[in-house]
Amino acid sequence: MLNYTLRRLLFAIPTLLVISFIIFLILDLAPGDPTGSLPLTIPAEVRAKIREALGVGEPIHIAYVKWLRGFFIYEPLHWLDQMGLVIGDPSSRPRIISFATRGPVVDLLMERIPQTLWVVGLSYVVGILIAIPIGVISAYKQYSWFDQFGTFISMVGFSVPTFFTGLLMIVIFSVQLGWFPSVYDTTLEVNSLGTFWLQVKQMIMPVTVLALFNAAQISRFMRASMLDNLTQDYVRTARAKGMSEKVVVLTHVLRNSLIPVVTVIALGIPTIFGGAIITEQIFRVNGLGQLLIIGIQGSDFPLVQTLTFLFAILIVLFNLIADIVYGMLDPRIRYD
Amino acid sequence: MTDQTAGEVVTKAQRTLWGDVLRQFLQHKGGVAGSIIFLFILGAVLFGPFIHTIDPQFLDIRNKNLGPTWGHPMGTDNLGRDMLAQVLSGGRVSLAVGIAAMALSLLVGTLIGIIAGFFQKLDGPLMRTTDLFLALPILPLLLVIIMLFRDSLRSVFGPEMGIFFLIVFVIGITSWMNTARIVRGEVLAIKEREFVLAARSVGTHSWKIVARHIFPNVLSPVMVSATLGIANAIITESSLSFLGLGFPSDFPTWGRLLFDGANFMTLNPARVIWPGLAISLTVLSVNYIGDGIRDALDPRIRGR
Repeated sequence: MLNYTLRRLLFAIPTLLVISFIIFLILDLAPGDPTGSLPLTIPAEVRAKIREALGVGEPIHIAYVKWLRGFFIYEPLHWLDQMGLVIGDPSSRPRIISFATRGPVVDLLMERIPQTLWVVGLSYVVGILIAIPIGVISAYKQYSWFDQFGTFISMVGFSVPTFFTGLLMIVIFSVQLGWFPSVYDTTLEVNSLGTFWLQVKQMIMPVTVLALFNAAQISRFMRASMLDNLTQDYVRTARAKGMSEKVVVLTHVLRNSLIPVVTVIALGIPTIFGGAIITEQIFRVNGLGQLLIIGIQGSDFPLVQTLTFLFAILIVLFNLIADIVYGMLDPRIRYD
Repeated sequence: MTDQTAGEVVTKAQRTLWGDVLRQFLQHKGGVAGSIIFLFILGAVLFGPFIHTIDPQFLDIRNKNLGPTWGHPMGTDNLGRDMLAQVLSGGRVSLAVGIAAMALSLLVGTLIGIIAGFFQKLDGPLMRTTDLFLALPILPLLLVIIMLFRDSLRSVFGPEMGIFFLIVFVIGITSWMNTARIVRGEVLAIKEREFVLAARSVGTHSWKIVARHIFPNVLSPVMVSATLGIANAIITESSLSFLGLGFPSDFPTWGRLLFDGANFMTLNPARVIWPGLAISLTVLSVNYIGDGIRDALDPRIRGR
């Protein structure tokens, strides 16, 4: 297992390098100009100086190596510096600087990560908590009205895009009923029961929208996996031994059915960060997704490059985690 | 449920594979309902503009922000354009993008899947490429590509066709991986079968074997992928348009209508609801068709 993990980790390095290069290439080929949004009164020679200062127009291999050095060596070292562990001379290490804010990209990301993690993470947890009981009951009572209804709802949740459910919820709960705010206020400080309630109120809609979408997908897998296991011989044996139905379903079948579902959950984590781009845009949550949109619109290449690459790392990492967890949970799987 | 039909089937003179598949598909209620709704939407989008003849871009500023009336069944927008006409013409573009992107993704996916499965030497490199594409963060990359290349393509192909080609191309080129993996798995199993050996032993050329013996046998997973591909492409295109990075306002799709309507949500919620409903119904019906086809093509279910 350790051997397999190490091999996969080693394999992930060239994959990530190639991905980062593809992203770099796309951005480099693009005709966008980071000085395009500056006032037109700036003379051409000053504009050229600004471009030079930003590092635009460097040969692609040099720009790429500089970025790689920044991302893989200087940023982790800077992080260590802040932890109090200074290695070498921090002032000689240029960080990855955003074109738009002239500040380090990583600091921008750090400002945005908590909002995204709160909304996206909570919605994923809520989604899983809804999906597993629904999947178990639908499979146990296959073709019952609960199953028919649950399957239909999960099909709807899976098909209706989050930007429509989000807008629909805003129309109903913000515009018509006025229960929840439609804009997520990040400046809100939670220091009393009242502000906590405000925070809960503004999180309900984005979390519900994403949670329903995730629950729809996971409950389909949960149901299919339960159905596969319910007809197995060991279930009949457990019943024949005289075990109670509760023990058979919740201890024997559920635990075995969760094995593939856990990998599906792990594989879904990076994709929900992508889906969160849209939800963040609807509810004006200033998380990573919104940062990406702003970066793309302003041709802020270092920001877009770093953020997109971060998404790629998440995908590769969670693919690896899914495979390893699968191997650990299911002793029948042997990778070596 | 299936016992009764088994009795009836005996009396039929001849049964073919596709006849059985069709019969099984017709038993799948969701699949049939999905097909009816999808055909209805397709018909409405194709022939609707001949019945409801208002030009979707006609500005009637005096009648702006209307609710539903007989002349404008879905009301009008903030510039007085008729919403029904816009939803119908937007649907043409949305469905065209969905179908074209699906076709491209199927073409690439099937080709790579068959080549990787059939020619052992190419298997490794092609499957590594597939894994690489699977690890790409698709939505961020799509956004980047479209934002960055929109203007240059517009100047080459014109404002409408440029963005159409770009979106179809980027969606197609980033969604073929699952098809390729499934097809490769099928090809690996089929090429060990006796009929392929027989074809080879009479001296059939590799490409002929692929075209005549392998390809028809991988059609069923490809068909399931096709329906999922349409749904996926429509959702992706709407997401891009919804983020303001897809089609322009004067050449709207359902996603773009939703994006434009979102700003007038408090004033006129119908502007959000109709396009959103159209997207949701289309995707839902296509997903149900996919479910039906999958069940119909599964011999374990059909045999019962």
